[in-house]
Amino acid sequence: MADASPQDGGYNYAYLDEQTKRMIRRAILKAVAVPGYQVPFGGREMPLPYGWGTGGIQVTAAIIGRDDTLKVIDQGADDTTNAVSIRRFFAKVAGVATTTRTEEATVIQTRHRVPETPLRDGQILVFQVPIPEPLRMLEPRETETRTLHALAEYGVMQVSLYESIARHGRISKAYNYPVLVNGRYIMSPSPIPKFDNPKLDRSPALQLYGAGREKRIYAVPPYTPVKSLDFEDHPFEIEQWSECCALCGSSDSFLDEMIVDDSGQRLFVCSDTDYCERRQAAAEAAE
Amino acid sequence: MYVAVKGGETAIAHSLDFVADKRRGDRGIDELSLAQIDQQLGLAVDRVMTEGSCYDRSLAALAIKQARGDLIEAIFLLRAYRTTLPRFGDSQPLDTTAMLAERRISSTFKDVPGGQVLGPTYDYTHRLLDFSLAAAGERPTAPTAPADTARGLPRVGDILEREGMLEPPPEAASPEDLTRKPLTLPASRPVRLQNLARGDEGFLLALGYSTQRGYGNNHPFVGEIRYGRVPVSFVPEELGFEITIAEIEVTECDMVNQFAGSHDVPPQFTRGYGLAFGHSERKAMAMALVDRALRAEELSEAATSPAQDEEFVLAHSDNVEASGFVQHLKLPHYVDFQSELVVVRALCEEVEARRRQAALDQAAE
Amino acid sequence: MSPLLSARGITRYFGDRIACRDVDFDLWPGEVLGVVGESGSGKTTLLNCLAGRLAPDAGAVTYDSMAYGPVEVHALSEARRRLLSRTEWGFVSQDPREGLRMGVSAGANIGERLMAVGARHYGDIRHTALDWLERVEIARDRLDDRPSAYSGGMRQRLQIARNLVSSPRLVFMDEPTGGLDVSVQARILDLLRGLVNTLHLSAVLVTHDLGVARLLTHRLMVMQGGAVVEHGLTDQVLDDPRHAYTQMLVASILPV
Repeated sequence: MADASPQDGGYNYAYLDEQTKRMIRRAILKAVAVPGYQVPFGGREMPLPYGWGTGGIQVTAAIIGRDDTLKVIDQGADDTTNAVSIRRFFAKVAGVATTTRTEEATVIQTRHRVPETPLRDGQILVFQVPIPEPLRMLEPRETETRTLHALAEYGVMQVSLYESIARHGRISKAYNYPVLVNGRYIMSPSPIPKFDNPKLDRSPALQLYGAGREKRIYAVPPYTPVKSLDFEDHPFEIEQWSECCALCGSSDSFLDEMIVDDSGQRLFVCSDTDYCERRQAAAEAAE
Repeated sequence: MYVAVKGGETAIAHSLDFVADKRRGDRGIDELSLAQIDQQLGLAVDRVMTEGSCYDRSLAALAIKQARGDLIEAIFLLRAYRTTLPRFGDSQPLDTTAMLAERRISSTFKDVPGGQVLGPTYDYTHRLLDFSLAAAGERPTAPTAPADTARGLPRVGDILEREGMLEPPPEAASPEDLTRKPLTLPASRPVRLQNLARGDEGFLLALGYSTQRGYGNNHPFVGEIRYGRVPVSFVPEELGFEITIAEIEVTECDMVNQFAGSHDVPPQFTRGYGLAFGHSERKAMAMALVDRALRAEELSEAATSPAQDEEFVLAHSDNVEASGFVQHLKLPHYVDFQSELVVVRALCEEVEARRRQAALDQAAE
Repeated sequence: MSPLLSARGITRYFGDRIACRDVDFDLWPGEVLGVVGESGSGKTTLLNCLAGRLAPDAGAVTYDSMAYGPVEVHALSEARRRLLSRTEWGFVSQDPREGLRMGVSAGANIGERLMAVGARHYGDIRHTALDWLERVEIARDRLDDRPSAYSGGMRQRLQIARNLVSSPRLVFMDEPTGGLDVSVQARILDLLRGLVNTLHLSAVLVTHDLGVARLLTHRLMVMQGGAVVEHGLTDQVLDDPRHAYTQMLVASILPV
């Protein structure tokens, strides 16, 4: 595909030039070969700001093709403003079909959630990652964290979990909950709620993680063990609600809390809009 | 009955219209032209080119117009555009000795060969708002003295170096490009300099200032500042020889810093270096101060202050990265917040349960 | 039986200043070797070379490890050296802040070495940490406090516990009681002496205080200007110093 310059009014397929896409794909291959290891890559400036998903966008741009169907979600919803913006971007620069239906998508780009609908073999989940380094808040120096990963010196992470139990009586980390991938690297699963961590373990889908500002790509190949860190006597637990979804009745999905009036009345609704709509449609059809 | 809010697409379309409207402002007032921005807000154009890493005055002026004067936003626009440009090679290193200098000063000597050329500078203006500029139709009088440009001015640094008083400049190295490969630490000096050249002027200014106030002082003197036009040369593969492809304006600052020596090497002054597009003295000087501060380890100095901390400086100097990440906090984070709410509520319940139990135990006694 | 730690020809410069020169010795299991001298004598540099923290310019340090057999400390990969220093060795710094994580609780500090080699039962880790708090004579209800809330003496005890929890065979100590009140010093010295005996520890102890050396060490090396000027059993060196420098040191102890 010849590079078209913007002055000609055209951009290359999926915006990035072929050389950049090849560079990103090489980084992705490396990442897939070493599950959970953060591969540095020469991230480019994109037309969306850092923090808005430039890493996820570069990964998607490098792998997407004309036969793909793309779904983009943010906080689990297809219609949050940034998901809309990214979906429009790819519709324009890649001419690719888009969908809100999880089971129809071949590539799903997501910010902060994993879809409730189980993924299947052949699907790719692209995560937007703000801080790829799971040890960053314990050790700000990249030169040191790089060494800790290389030597699998993860005592400092277990110490932080111990400290959480000592202070709060439980591990209080609610999202971006650290995991051990393939028994070797500790990884940040991006700021998904810990509720979603179990979905990563041995998922049939390929998981790709892109951090544009920090310029790192990492990956979890299909069917790879992903274990959330814990203690034997304080095992990993996911969130639970006593309520169920006010729209579809689901009691096993992640619920958003909506404050509906001034007196603080609350409603709980599925965060995954596609999942919720499908359940509602199924309930209606049953009637 | 709660109905999920939809209409993200429409909201975005409306917000784009609002922004375009605000940018144009009062339709009864003349629209800005790119030529006006380039000419009369030229220093803003210089900054956008420098931190946008792209020398093109009209593109930078367009970015400033589109960004409604927000320079960091304009820098972002220019960088994003730069990403799409095809690259056909690296230029030869700029030879600033060949500069046609409009301004050249040195603080280290009262007079230098070629003279102290004051040129256009705000340095000796009195900062009194000039209300005559508020009236339209300004007709400034022509300068009373002819422009004092000079070409081929010898470098003050070379003079000191010949005497053995100043360390020689570093060996030429093949360039590494931060816009192609990610930063790895520890970074070489050329990579640090590229990072600083693209770095936010305010950030570097504050760090440079901190060194002067004792946070890693390196006793700086301005060896030389020169501003003017330099040719850009390139060797196309097809020709095999050097051709001049452009002439650009740059500002260059050579700082002369704290001398260093060892048992075998006699003491010499050390260098800090700054370079920026256009007339950007504050940026070039701040860059030179920080460049020298980051050489602390190389020069066996204790690195104790923020300006000497390579990882801290290089990771946070890019205002496009910084602006993106700071402002991304405006994006929805309600799912993560919800997770935290769940945890905090559970913890509160546990504390409350313990309190009630303790009260029961006490009542039982 | 082979020595636990051997040094041959340890030499280290800083610029053209000699920090230590041609230091030789053998340390046997169960021994405590003292290194005394004034500040600037090179003893801390020597200690850092022995503990793998600083590479000597010449010479070799050999350690008889449980994990790998006899190894040359500076020829080891960084990974192995770091593992050794967390398991078979301890290092007690003069300033406990350097040897502790000030931002996490005492329990986390003590438990870290255990967690670093795979301990994953919170209750057990906590139990072991409490055990150690008791052994270093810190009140059990201080387990969840951070070292920033501890006194200097308590921080030093905590640093000792943090190091000894992994049952190291060899402990390096750099002025372990420096900077502490005299009465606090005395109690920590007692504690150290007790622990060294019960745990059969070997140690290299750097100090400028001959009283500390007398109390804790079996053998003594006296350093001056980077060189070892006298070497022998502690009591002999202190009661019958041969070298002029040692004599001067001994003579300048203020009679109490």
